[in-house]
Amino acid sequence: MKRLTRKFAALFGSDIGHSYLRSPGALFSTMVLLILIAAALGAPLLAPQNILDPRTLDLLSANTPPWSANALTGHFYSFGTDDQGRDVLSATLYGTRVSLLVALVAVLLSMSIGVTLGLISGYFGGRTDAAIMRIADVQLSIPAIFIALLISGLSRTLLAPGVRDTLAIYMVILAIGISGWVTYARTVRGAVMVEKQREYVQAALMIGLPTRTMLLRHILPNVRRPILVIATISLALSIITEATLSYLGAGLPPTQPSLGTLIRSGQDFLFAGEWWILFFPAATLLTLALAINVLGDWLRDVLNPRGL
Amino acid sequence: MTSGRPPVLSIRGLCVDFPSRHGTLRAVRDVSLEIAPGEILGIVGESGAGKSTVGAAITGLLQAPGQISAGEVRLSGDIIDTRDANAMQALRGRRISTIFQDPLTSLNPLFTIERQLVDTIRAHRALSRAEARVEAVRQLEAVGIPEPAQRMTNWPHEFSGGMRQRAVIALALCSQPELIIADEPTTALDVTVQAQILKLIQNLARERRVAVMLITHNMGVISQITDRVAVMKSGEVVELGKTSTVLSRPCHEYSQALLSVVPRGDVKLSRFPVAGSARNIDAAMKWLLESNSQHGSGGADALVELRRVNRVFGVPRLFGSVTHGAFKALDNVSLCIRRGEVMGLVGESGSGKSTIAKIVAGLNPPSTGELLFNGEDVYAARFEVRQHIRRQTQMVFQDPYSSLNSHMRVADIIMEPMIHFGLEKNRQLAEPLMLELLNAVGLEASAARRYPHAFSGGQRQRISIARALASRPSFLICDEPTSALDVSIQAQILNLLKDLQEKLSLTMLFISHDLPVVRQMCDRVTVLQKGQVCEIGEADDVFNHPRHRYTETLLSMIPSMHRPVELIQATS
Amino acid sequence: MTGFFLRRLASVFPVMLVTAFLSFAAFHFIGDPLQNMLGQEASAQDRARLAAELGFDRPFYIQFLKFVGFALQGDFGISTRVGRPVLDLILERLPATLELALLSFFFAMSAGIALGVMTALRPSSALSRVSMTGSLIAVSLPNFLIGIGLIYVFSIKLGWLPSFGRGDTVKIGWWTTGLLTKSGWKAILLPAISLAAYQLTLILRLVRAEMLEVMHSDYIRFARARGLPKRLIYFSYALKNTMVPVVTVAGLQLGSIIAFAVVTETVFQWPGVGLLFINSIRYSDVPIMATYLLIVSFIFVAINMVVDCIYYLLDPRLRAVGGIK
Repeated sequence: MKRLTRKFAALFGSDIGHSYLRSPGALFSTMVLLILIAAALGAPLLAPQNILDPRTLDLLSANTPPWSANALTGHFYSFGTDDQGRDVLSATLYGTRVSLLVALVAVLLSMSIGVTLGLISGYFGGRTDAAIMRIADVQLSIPAIFIALLISGLSRTLLAPGVRDTLAIYMVILAIGISGWVTYARTVRGAVMVEKQREYVQAALMIGLPTRTMLLRHILPNVRRPILVIATISLALSIITEATLSYLGAGLPPTQPSLGTLIRSGQDFLFAGEWWILFFPAATLLTLALAINVLGDWLRDVLNPRGL
Repeated sequence: MTSGRPPVLSIRGLCVDFPSRHGTLRAVRDVSLEIAPGEILGIVGESGAGKSTVGAAITGLLQAPGQISAGEVRLSGDIIDTRDANAMQALRGRRISTIFQDPLTSLNPLFTIERQLVDTIRAHRALSRAEARVEAVRQLEAVGIPEPAQRMTNWPHEFSGGMRQRAVIALALCSQPELIIADEPTTALDVTVQAQILKLIQNLARERRVAVMLITHNMGVISQITDRVAVMKSGEVVELGKTSTVLSRPCHEYSQALLSVVPRGDVKLSRFPVAGSARNIDAAMKWLLESNSQHGSGGADALVELRRVNRVFGVPRLFGSVTHGAFKALDNVSLCIRRGEVMGLVGESGSGKSTIAKIVAGLNPPSTGELLFNGEDVYAARFEVRQHIRRQTQMVFQDPYSSLNSHMRVADIIMEPMIHFGLEKNRQLAEPLMLELLNAVGLEASAARRYPHAFSGGQRQRISIARALASRPSFLICDEPTSALDVSIQAQILNLLKDLQEKLSLTMLFISHDLPVVRQMCDRVTVLQKGQVCEIGEADDVFNHPRHRYTETLLSMIPSMHRPVELIQATS
Repeated sequence: MTGFFLRRLASVFPVMLVTAFLSFAAFHFIGDPLQNMLGQEASAQDRARLAAELGFDRPFYIQFLKFVGFALQGDFGISTRVGRPVLDLILERLPATLELALLSFFFAMSAGIALGVMTALRPSSALSRVSMTGSLIAVSLPNFLIGIGLIYVFSIKLGWLPSFGRGDTVKIGWWTTGLLTKSGWKAILLPAISLAAYQLTLILRLVRAEMLEVMHSDYIRFARARGLPKRLIYFSYALKNTMVPVVTVAGLQLGSIIAFAVVTETVFQWPGVGLLFINSIRYSDVPIMATYLLIVSFIFVAINMVVDCIYYLLDPRLRAVGGIK
């Protein structure tokens, strides 16, 4: 405990901590983000309705505007309901939960692939490097969203209709995760190639350290800053990509809706004047991505003042 | 030089502040000086003395958040307001020009020399494009660029380092300024080029009656071309006077110290003159010597030998490893380092010094030829033998800022080789020895718990030495170990290396471009030129009676200094 | 230049070959192409006959070579959903997508560079602050939401611009253009803006970052010390150096715009190849998916090549070494 407090004191005494406390954007974003994460984690407890269970739908309460009670049933809905009588607040909470989960796991996936390949590529160079970078080039010549669409589309074709919806979440994670590794790999490779020339690495090479130790003890800690910055930015990007996939109908199914799926189904109602069905998930999505991006921007400025 | 005319530059009570959250740092305090037309004033001091800040303040190019807090700057009698950005903009180039340290980065890489010259000329004089072009050719000719009309159409990257700096000088002078601020103009250049550039600056100053403020850390440069010199320390001018007077009879104790630590090229001294106290380092010595007694057969036989080594660097092609346009970095180099001696390796940049260091360090195999350590072919050795050789061979690197892993504590940095080579079983056993090593290189025990960024360049170099010693090596490679350090720190580090070498009878390969340093440190010297060995011999012989012409040229470039008489007596 | 160009061209082949292989694999292994062609009620005999006819019983590599051969002749098979040749379907719709993409690219580049330079040079001006905040919001907004928002405001609430379709088009040879009619321009405006928004912010941020870095470089410091006029320093000396990395990214952005056109075309029901692609994903129309992948990656590779050549012309250092950095 004492050590922890000392670490905290050191952190806030440091330039990064100082800059954090002086940056209202970063502070506010953290707060917003914590609230959204708490809401997502607590969705089953907080939501008035379990939207994953069709039995809880209340058809009689359909199309209730937000912050009003339904004329027939007298139930009060703060975010309103859709044409099925589904509570928009509950749907948004569950949707946030799914969106965040998908994005986080996808980022971890692309980070582990990308960092590993980047380390190997940058450290060994030569043919290994050429091979990995060639693959990266091929993939980079096709934008990420596209690869995600393809993986997601192909997997739908491959899977039997029965399991499609249940496996959809894994497919989307896989699609976003695989589409994102190149950025990490290229950045890490570049950073490793710079570090490799630095004399502390030469010194470690001179004593003949095993490659694993070399990479994990000496090189990885020195390239973790850009990794952190990319991870933050790509978290926002993954949330957006997932929403886009779901919006296009190639992501999560209506039975397990993410924010994107909710926006997709809300779009038709928007033109009929029932704006709230789309508005609340959309606003949550924007807030989430914006908060992460503000943090990411701040991180990039602090950790890497020369830009990425 | 000072005549009845008003000085070109006159500064009174200049103060520059850098406010930050930790408080305001006064980088320049109460500096007053003058420069007459055609005069060269040197400003000398170690890093952080505020010498570059003076130059930046005069031109209104202070880096944020720096600001002038007091003082007055006059240019040919007119007061200039350095805070008025527009007024300064009009002044720059036309009346004050600046030459920066690195000619490589000073020129815009995407514009031809011609374009940059013509733009600059036309910014200050009402000339047509064609007239400006003629003027540009004239300017390039004046700075000694051959065939200026043809060379002018080249891109900056097509010029050599010296040529680039000439082009930079032409750019600074083409607007016919009254004052030139030259901030370390030759630091990035080789000695032979340095001498030419300094001569050029001197000639131009005399011919065109331009006042020059020459900012440098190098006493040799000061002694070569300046008329007067200002010695700066922590933002203050501690001594100002005629160069010959200051160099021969320095009044201020800091000037004396600064002069005394400059290595000498003429006489070999037993130690670098430096004030300091001896430490008790017996425990560390005992531990370090334990291993050397194992193979401590003295004598003059070779410990390290390079046999007909070639090293070719290729330009990798798009696919695979086919090479074309290969560059030969080392050409048939044979070299033998005897047990217990210090071998110096000198040469200009690109001569192959660092390539030899890497080969000898076991980091980079030669293209052909072999490296022998204690009679074993290093690059062909079995793993166990190779590990044994690795333990014996250690290196002190050039750049103290990149040679330590900034994410490891000093203790871990030093203990890593000890534990890796199994010299001590675990951290508990290694720790007391690590502390002894820190003590031996002159650091406090409290240093162990800190990270490298908490230390200055000189202290980092001490940590680097401690790490090199931690595997109990018998052979130490020092690749420009002090070139990134201030002279006063340089002397301390060199003394430390020398003491350790003598006490541990280490064999040492000492690489440097600084001839006086090599003279002080080494028993024998190898002179390298363009990847070839041109001379090997006893240090005294090479320095006193060079046989090769290139060696002679190199030696003639050493700036000779008028030494303070009493100091020579005190140290020899 | 020729050598550089040829080397660059040589590096294109492996990329194209890999994508061709991927398309082929998708075409061949995903779903059951025979069943797709024959329908559910086909007999085993029918299957065997068609398999022999199509060469499905041949070794794998021969089939692949045949696929490449046919593709080179422009034969990509027949859409399983519509029953028409894939190439015809795609060529019909390509003009719509290209017009949309190029117009958005033009918006994004011109506004992005202008705003990027301004935010770098005058960071405290009101317009700079607005564009920096706006850019942060734009990168956090999914493309389709911008589209929906634009439709909501300009089509539903104000009724100024259409919410779907291309408007009237004019046929010039096989190319159809909407840029010659008033309704065509009205129709392309919203999709083009919504497609450009994200790319614009990326270009803006990149230009700003590069410009700031260049402004801190030694050669700009030296140019200022020589007293060159500000205009010359900013818009000639600094901007040219800024453009070197921007050009590279711009190439990728054009590719990215073509990819994101899929989303925009869905939002605005724009009759381009993107919409065709999305529908083919929904109905598992593998030949269209595979061909689209192949054609789009060909376009990307071509763009990247052009970019490399521009890069080569822009930076004299590359020409000296005679290779890629």
